Amino acid sequence: MVEDLYQEVILDHSKRPRNCHPMEDANRKAEGYNPLCGDRLKLYIKIENDTVTDASFVGSGCAISTASASLMTESLKGKSRQEAIKLLDRFHDLLTTDTPVSQDLGKLVVFCGVRDYPARVKCATLAWHTLKSALNGSAEPVSTETE
Amino acid sequence: MSTLTSAVAPGFDVARIREDFPVLKQCIHGKPLVYLDNAATAQKPFAVIDAIRKFHEVDCANIHRGVHELSQRSTAAYEETRGKVKHFINARSKNELIFVRGTTEGINLVASSWGRKNIKAGDEIVISALEHHSNIVPWQMLCEEKGARLRVIPIDDRGDLILEEYEKLLGPRTRMVAVAHVSNALGTINPVRRVIEMAHQQGALALIDGAQAVPHLTVDVQALDADFYAFSGHKLFGPTGIGILYGKTRLLNAMPPYQGGGDMIRTVTFEKTTYNDLPYKFEAGTPNIAGGIGLGAALDYVTRIGLDKIAAHEHDLLLYATEALARIPGLRLIGTAREKAAVLSFVIEGIHPHDIGTVLDREGVAVRTGHHCAQPVMDWFHVPATTRASLAFYNTRQEIDALIAGLAKVKEIFS
Repeated sequence: MVEDLYQEVILDHSKRPRNCHPMEDANRKAEGYNPLCGDRLKLYIKIENDTVTDASFVGSGCAISTASASLMTESLKGKSRQEAIKLLDRFHDLLTTDTPVSQDLGKLVVFCGVRDYPARVKCATLAWHTLKSALNGSAEPVSTETE
Repeated sequence: MSTLTSAVAPGFDVARIREDFPVLKQCIHGKPLVYLDNAATAQKPFAVIDAIRKFHEVDCANIHRGVHELSQRSTAAYEETRGKVKHFINARSKNELIFVRGTTEGINLVASSWGRKNIKAGDEIVISALEHHSNIVPWQMLCEEKGARLRVIPIDDRGDLILEEYEKLLGPRTRMVAVAHVSNALGTINPVRRVIEMAHQQGALALIDGAQAVPHLTVDVQALDADFYAFSGHKLFGPTGIGILYGKTRLLNAMPPYQGGGDMIRTVTFEKTTYNDLPYKFEAGTPNIAGGIGLGAALDYVTRIGLDKIAAHEHDLLLYATEALARIPGLRLIGTAREKAAVLSFVIEGIHPHDIGTVLDREGVAVRTGHHCAQPVMDWFHVPATTRASLAFYNTRQEIDALIAGLAKVKEIFS
């Protein structure tokens, strides 16, 4: 069922993305690009005392990539850098492995349907690739095709 | 199934033709496959599948080398295709037809061999705004290497070339004009005869990217007076990895080899190598023999059906689909050229093409979503991507209906 992919929460976040704006005082920024579909994303993170205090994004993309960016920025706030990286790994596992769904993912579990759509995994991970690049302080735009 | 019989092409029995394509008889996610991604690659009839199988089962040997029976059979079958291609595009001689991997390699061959020899700093190469990346990047690489300039014929809002602007781009520095016969992203059929004529008036050569044209139109390279014409086998119902570069004998003779190796030589010593005659000078190494034989079978198949009937049926489908799509609120067709092949590129307000493609796939409908290897076209229309339905002669009005029903489902989910 295609509805397993496009769950209500995903549709809601794709139509009304949260934290979808530039952030002037961000101290981490990164750009992500998916050359296969042309989706682009700019991610803004503010880290204070090793804690993500704010996160936002701008960009154009499909429902999956927009909802993923929206939900990611929501779930990052209050996380330490280490916790953010752990979340990234869990999210990646959710999409690409058959491991049981981790409850630490919170709302992000709505993306569990993506694992049945291999062609769409990159849509869901674009924001997260970009997050990794932002946390590592990389200046180069990150592409979904380089990992 | 009487409605499957085309009203516009008498004697054209779509239901029967579909029987020739085994891949079409399957369900995708429980729904009958509706294959509308023919501009990416076309499906293969039994005739092609059987020819390739027969080669591997009965005739398999390397070509141009052995005196043994199998080598002679495989050489004859492979070379027979060259004769069929000569007939298919009306080349003067078989020697003007170079086997390549596909259109991309054909264009790269010309850019590398002819280009490196003839292009100097300050020269100009003209392409158009609706080219596939394969007819942009090889010229860009050449220009970068030589200090030459790439100039681009603009298109209008319909996706037609603006010939007045093209005329202004032409000048004494123009050396090559490289343009698609049919646009893969928009379906525009370019007035290539006129484009070539204008290039020739300035003393420039013209290369035509025929990848999207040969499956749908009758191509006559002599009538067009094309200097080079490249196309791929796999869009013509043949296998992947085989294509043709046509070039005028005079030009090909004056060009240095593209790759070195076996088959392209006459004599080799460590001091000096002399090269083989056309077309072998450009065919180094063991080629895609099975592919060449499969291409021959594909040409026979298409010729038997008749390109005039194919064009009539596809045009009927194009009109039917254009009307049906126009009735969908929020849908915008990208590419409405006056003369169009059966390609329908579109966007729907507020819904990304990838989401459209995924929902359609679950309905059994295969379309292409993305930039179609034509990012400058997407930029021109200010869209990141489109959904593209591209048709072939085995498609039916019922399949267009399935596309439309699938789009209704898309709107239901995302509205």
